[in-house]
Amino acid sequence: MVARRELVARQRAEATEAWLDGRDLPAGGAWATTARREALVRLRTLGLPDRRDEYWKYTDPRSLTEREAPSAALFDPAGEPAMFHEIDRVKLVFVDGVFDAAQSDDPSLAGVEIERLAEASQADIHWARELFGVLEARGQEPVPRTLAAVNTAFAEDGVLIRVTGKAERPVSLIYLHNSETSDALLHHCVRLEPGAELTLLENGPGAARFCSVLEVDVADGARFNHVRTQGRDHERRAVTHVFARVGASAAFKSFTATVNGRLTRNEAVVEMAGARGLAHVAGAALGDGAFHQDDTVFITHAAEECETRQVFKKVLRNGAVGVFQGKILVKQAAQLTDGYQISQSLLLDEQSQFLVKPELEIYADDVKCSHGSTSGAIDLTQLFYLRTRGMPREEAEGLLVLAFLAEALEEIEDERLADDIRARLDGWLLRHRRA
Amino acid sequence: MLEIKDLQVKLEDEDKVILKGVSLTVEPGRVHAIMGPNGSGKSTLSYVLAGREGYEVTGGSATLDGHDLLDMEPEERAAVGLFLAFQYPVEIPGVGNMTFLRTSVNAQRRARGQEEMSSTEFLKLVREKAKDLAIDADMLKRPVNTGFSGGEKKRNEILQMAMLEPKMCILDETDSGLDVDAMKLVADGVNALRSEGRGFLVITHYQRLLNHIRPDVVHIMSDGRIVKTGGPELALEVETEGYGDIIEAGEPA
Ligand SMILES: Nc1ncnc2c1ncn2[C@@H]1O[C@H](COP(=O)(O)OP(=O)(O)OP(=O)(O)O)[C@@H](O)[C@H]1O
Ligand SMILES: [Mg+2]
Repeated sequence: MVARRELVARQRAEATEAWLDGRDLPAGGAWATTARREALVRLRTLGLPDRRDEYWKYTDPRSLTEREAPSAALFDPAGEPAMFHEIDRVKLVFVDGVFDAAQSDDPSLAGVEIERLAEASQADIHWARELFGVLEARGQEPVPRTLAAVNTAFAEDGVLIRVTGKAERPVSLIYLHNSETSDALLHHCVRLEPGAELTLLENGPGAARFCSVLEVDVADGARFNHVRTQGRDHERRAVTHVFARVGASAAFKSFTATVNGRLTRNEAVVEMAGARGLAHVAGAALGDGAFHQDDTVFITHAAEECETRQVFKKVLRNGAVGVFQGKILVKQAAQLTDGYQISQSLLLDEQSQFLVKPELEIYADDVKCSHGSTSGAIDLTQLFYLRTRGMPREEAEGLLVLAFLAEALEEIEDERLADDIRARLDGWLLRHRRA
Repeated sequence: MLEIKDLQVKLEDEDKVILKGVSLTVEPGRVHAIMGPNGSGKSTLSYVLAGREGYEVTGGSATLDGHDLLDMEPEERAAVGLFLAFQYPVEIPGVGNMTFLRTSVNAQRRARGQEEMSSTEFLKLVREKAKDLAIDADMLKRPVNTGFSGGEKKRNEILQMAMLEPKMCILDETDSGLDVDAMKLVADGVNALRSEGRGFLVITHYQRLLNHIRPDVVHIMSDGRIVKTGGPELALEVETEGYGDIIEAGEPA
């Protein structure tokens, strides 16, 4: 037993060292270098993940930990308007993980400071040192998220956003994919001062292999809205991490739509640190064929009277695989917690799979927590009803699929964003009609 | 227009025979009523005509204006003008009633090679028809039938019928669960649609609805057969005397 554990540890250490061989931490000023060195220590201590890890049982991380990114064909959106194109926003564009100034807007927005990590990391001191790698490090307990430590150590760019007022327009991060072998790391930090508000949009595949970390500190009374769509490129791979700390009476909302992609792992680690905070994490995923999409969520209630919701819906067809691992941890101090978690899949055939690991761990005695998970097919009675009204089977199925996703889409506060995403999902359904 | 000949139906997965040879013809402009005890096969007849899965037709035929209904998909049946108001309207959480109505109307228009209705035109029409049925804006916004009261569901069925303007309307116990006022609204809705070209098949347990919607012909169904056919007075007879004598007299030897 002991021998086996040692063997596993040695293999993991060897794999990690092999991955690190010949890689240097990016050059930077004192604060960034300190944070990166600490992340490197975490990476070495934890080791790269593999299938033997409890939270990588359902998703094989190999293609995420190989030294070279597996190549991914570029996707032609065939004239479809860009995501969020009708939304007035401050655009910051990264092509294969590299900032593209020409395509980006001047990042000036009242009440919001926006800087690039590549530049800010050269300074010796910066506000972001309170955040950069800090929430990530906290989030490594009790479940390691080693690829996030890799990101903190090696990401050279990303955006650092400090919000002091109510932002009038969303900040929109756009990730384009132009190289079949690109391997991108981006690390963002967002600090919302007390009472501040910001909507952050992210869209696009980003690279053949994309790894991101977003650390968000939502101070007391602040509100953060995050709406993200991951690109339609069929062969792309992505591992994303959101680490959030939610203060008293603050709100954190994050919604992700995943459409296509060979492999997607979205981790969200949220700590309810102040009383009466609110956090909603939601996702809608649509996959057809070679598609593996994993949402791994960990919400810690550390303060009283917080409300959290996790709402995840996946539509799977032709052997697509969906994974949901969601945990609510309620610490002893977190009385009057209201925690809700639902994960559901709609399996459009028998080849597709939904793998779930819902967990509740509760140490406070006065809490309301519920979780549920279902996996089902299209309801034939509903389908018949719609068809008797004249809708062809495919159209009726599409409507029922959107209906299935509705509870997740309702988590998007801004109706214009929700409508845009709904239209894209609808478009996907039209293109992926049953043969 | 609707011609059902010797229709025989069993359950697909079981040996249970439900319809044992049903024949009836509804002429354009006419209203036929079907009455009959619980479990006699009235809903089954309506489902089979609408194309529900789970039933196997073992004999007979059903055509609408010469179209072989039994050989068509449910949506094709709708496109040639068949409409079924369900005994138990189906709740569809997540689909807005308005979206549902518009998608239905436009699907049928497309199937008939007509242009889709513009959203302004649609809105105007739906508001007008909804008003007649005392369906408020809130009910139009809510998900289809979800959390509707029994009576609201039935009125919503009639709203769909009014929007789709089918040629052949089958109403399966649309009166059950309605209060007196709602019954009047529903009957008015049906009567407003009565026209020379349109036929109705009204399944009901009660004479009350037939006071409002005067049928031309009344059929009594029992154990998968039509055992007696007559005029409106037959419904009155059922109301006062029950099915007993009628069914016994009509029982095949
Ligand atoms: N899918 C089914 N599975 C099993 N039995 C069925 C099914 N559909 C119909 N039946 C049976 O067939 C018979 C006829 O049912 P049907 O619903 O057509 O009756 P009905 O005349 O409409 O009755 P009611 O007046 O109560 O609405 C009943 O015995 C019913 O249980
Ligand atoms: Mg019935």
